[in-house]
Order: sequence, then structure tokens, then C-alpha cells
Amino acid sequence: MSETAERVKKIVVEHLGVEAEKVTEEASFIDDLGADSLDIVELVMAFEEEFGVEIPDDAAEKITTVKDAIDYIDQNQG
Amino acid sequence: MRRVVVTGLGLVTPLGADVETTWKNILAGKSGAGPITRFDASDQKCRIACEVKPADHDYGFDASKRVDHKIQRQVDPFIVYGLDAAGQAIEDAGLLDMPEEMKFRAGCSIGSGIGGLPGIESESLVLHEKGPGRVSPHFVHGRLINLISGQVSIKYGLMGPNHAVVTACSTGAHSIGDAARMIRDDDADIMVAGGAEATICPIGIAGFAQARALSTAFNDQPEKASRPYDKDRDGFVMGEGAGVVVLEEYEHAKRRGAKIYAEVVGYGLSGDAYHVTAPHPEGSGAYRSMEMAMKKSGLDLGDIDYINAHGTSTPLGDELELGAVRKLFGNHLGDMSMSSTKSAIGHLLGGAGAVESIFCILAIRDQIVPPTLNLDNPSDGCVGVDLVPHTAKPRRVRAALNNSFGFGGTNASLVMKAVD
Repeated sequence: MSETAERVKKIVVEHLGVEAEKVTEEASFIDDLGADSLDIVELVMAFEEEFGVEIPDDAAEKITTVKDAIDYIDQNQG
Repeated sequence: MRRVVVTGLGLVTPLGADVETTWKNILAGKSGAGPITRFDASDQKCRIACEVKPADHDYGFDASKRVDHKIQRQVDPFIVYGLDAAGQAIEDAGLLDMPEEMKFRAGCSIGSGIGGLPGIESESLVLHEKGPGRVSPHFVHGRLINLISGQVSIKYGLMGPNHAVVTACSTGAHSIGDAARMIRDDDADIMVAGGAEATICPIGIAGFAQARALSTAFNDQPEKASRPYDKDRDGFVMGEGAGVVVLEEYEHAKRRGAKIYAEVVGYGLSGDAYHVTAPHPEGSGAYRSMEMAMKKSGLDLGDIDYINAHGTSTPLGDELELGAVRKLFGNHLGDMSMSSTKSAIGHLLGGAGAVESIFCILAIRDQIVPPTLNLDNPSDGCVGVDLVPHTAKPRRVRAALNNSFGFGGTNASLVMKAVD
């Protein structure tokens, strides 16, 4: 697992209170991890803080799975 | 007329995370006061409080027992305390698995005096330091006062009236009184009612200290600071926690074989129309509130055996309340006991009236009245009144009255009695 993936998963576990095993890369925040739309706003904020990236609203809307988040961060981290 | 009884109790206090532990510690004369540990209070005028203890303490509070991890992160502690106390009360009443049609007739009335002050304080700092884009999306609904009722209704499926009182330190008593009326008026058969507060944060302590409401003379002896009716009292000690009861229509409770603790028979309300923080100099609002509650109860003045006083340990308030009690009860006062449990757990603000009504109910159940701690030198107005100094006192308790008075001059009194 990449370092980005490790850190993303840690944030997801902490924020959503789910078990680490459930946070696979394919997992959907809403369908598999019990998040609602506001939880995703909060997660995106936490990713921005952790990785020093900016995730604009239109990009945030496309982040629906753990993998989407990891990929966006890997591609946009300065 | 539809009668209203209490069938479930829940408490989170500085002396316990449940009803029986809190009550045992109250009767043992323990104090929940100590130095503030939540934040560095070294620059505050008041550096003490009655904090709910952490999970690893003997009688600490474990939020994970009833509140999801995610919700704990998103909401202010007053909501966590309220949710837990409501859960305790619902479990105690045996109502965890209500049929659907019962849920339509079950509501919620849990308020708070101030609401999510610690979160308002901390998110304001986030806004100033990091900008609006870093403010939590859960900021608003994690701080709103009616969100205990909201969260409780969602968790337990309560689809009846969803109400939340905001009347400062009278909130808990008004919440129970209003909920009892909703049952009496046939709006619901079951109401989960009470109050919660958690404002031990820098702006909360500073704000009340600046209003000259908090004790500042006992920073080195926290357990001595809350001393209602004592000559050396100099303000209240901030407490935190929650008290929630399940109220139920009497026949409804009987039909399902519920355990019945007591009946809520009287509810009085009044306004001082005098000053934002100071009580009326003749205790007029307090008097009228008690008088109305007694009249509604149908009881004689001599039927009240115990008063759980508002008694916050402020120089003005305690004696004015005592004066109003003396005026209303007259010669009966000699046969009654009256104490302030704020001497042990501090002032829970919006939670106080609910927590203290539960103490009244337990006094009726166990035929014992809780003590007023630190009452070493009663002030002059106390002559001839049994204020239960230092130690709990077994005695007959047929009916009890709870007083709660709040900033803005808002007063509430509740009368509860044993069910025949």
C-alpha cells in the first residue's frame, strides 16, 4: 500500500468510525462506509489539511471511493 | 384528566455516569468539584468546576457506551451527555423496542441553557486562523440546542412531539413541565424529557466569572466552593452533565406493566420582569412559580416533605428563594426539609432542573433527602429551616418540589409525588 493510501485510510477510519478492514480502495464512502454528504465534505477538508492540497468543489464531488481520493491526492500533491 | 407518571430515569453528572452511582455518591456527601482539567485555566478568575469525570475514573463517563464514534466527533459534549442520559431513561423504562404505533405517540423534550459553547468557541478560532473553508460542515447541527431531541428521536425512532426548551437555568424543569402537559393534552403518551449542559470551556468560565456569578474565593479548596446558604458563599460552581426522564400517561404505563417512580402533579411558571441576572428583591417570581405548581398539584402545602432548592450558592439568590419558600409554606416549613444538591455537583445550568427533579424522585423512592454540603455557618435567613447540612437524612417523603430559576427572570417549579 502506498504511503498516501495509508494516510487516507487512517483519516477515513478516524472520521467515520469504521473498522480499518472495511476501508478498501474500492469502498464507496456513502454505500459501503455509511457516510453522508456532509461527512464527505468533512473528509475532503481533512485530506486538504493532511496533504496540503486544495480540492475544489467540482473535484470533491467526483470523489466517491477511497481510491478516488488517493488518486486525486497523488496527482495533485505539490 | 390524563395523569403523568415517571417510568424511566437517566443521569450523567460529575458524581456518576448513571442514576444509581450518582445517587449513592450524593447521599454519601461526596463533592464533584475539582480544579478545571479541560483546559489551562491558570489565567481565569475561577479555576474550578464540577466536571464529568473521564472514562477511566471510578465513576467516569464512557461516551462510547451509547453514542456512535462518528456522532461523538461531530457534536458538542452537551449532546453526547443528553443522548446517553436519554438512552439510560429509555432502557430503564423498558422502551427500547417500541412497536411502530407507540413510536408515533412518543416524543422528546430535551433542552439546554446555552448549547454548544465549546464548539462555537473552537470553530470561531478555526474561522479566524484558517478561514471559512475549514469550518466543519457539522458545525451548526452539532451545536444547536434542539439537537439532543433531534438525535434522540432519530436514534430511538420517537416520532411524536419534538421540542426543546431554552430558558437558561430553568430549562430542565420547563422541559419536564412542558412535556408533562403534552401528555396531559393528549399530544403524546410518552415523552423523553430533560436537559443537558456542557460549557466548561474558556469563554464559558470567563463569561460567567465576568458576570460575577461564579465562586472565585475557593480556587485552592474546590470542594468547599459550592456552599448554598452558608455565610461564606460567593457564587456558583459550574457543573455539567444531563438528566432525562421518561414521562408516560398513567394508564399507558399501567397497561404495559411499567415500573412507576412517581407522578408529576404540579407545574408552575413565572417571570420576574425585573433584571437580566439579579433575582427579584422580594422573590416574587419564585413565589408565584411555586404557588402555581402547588395549586395545580391539588396537594396541601403540608403534603410537601422535601424541596430541592435552586440554591446556587450566590449571595443574593439563596436567601431570596428561602424567603419565598417561607412566605408560601409558612408554618409548614418547620416540618419540611430543603437542600441544594448544587453543593455536590455544582450548577448544571440547563441540566439542573432535570437532574434535581430526578433527585426529588429518588428521595420519594428511598425516603431519604440529600444533604447541603459545606453549610458550616448558615446565614441569618436560614433560622428554623432544615437545610439538611452535611449529611443525608432518612425521613418520610410523600411529595417533593423542585425549583429552578434562570437568567432573564424565568422561573419554573415542579411538584412530584409518590403514586398510591
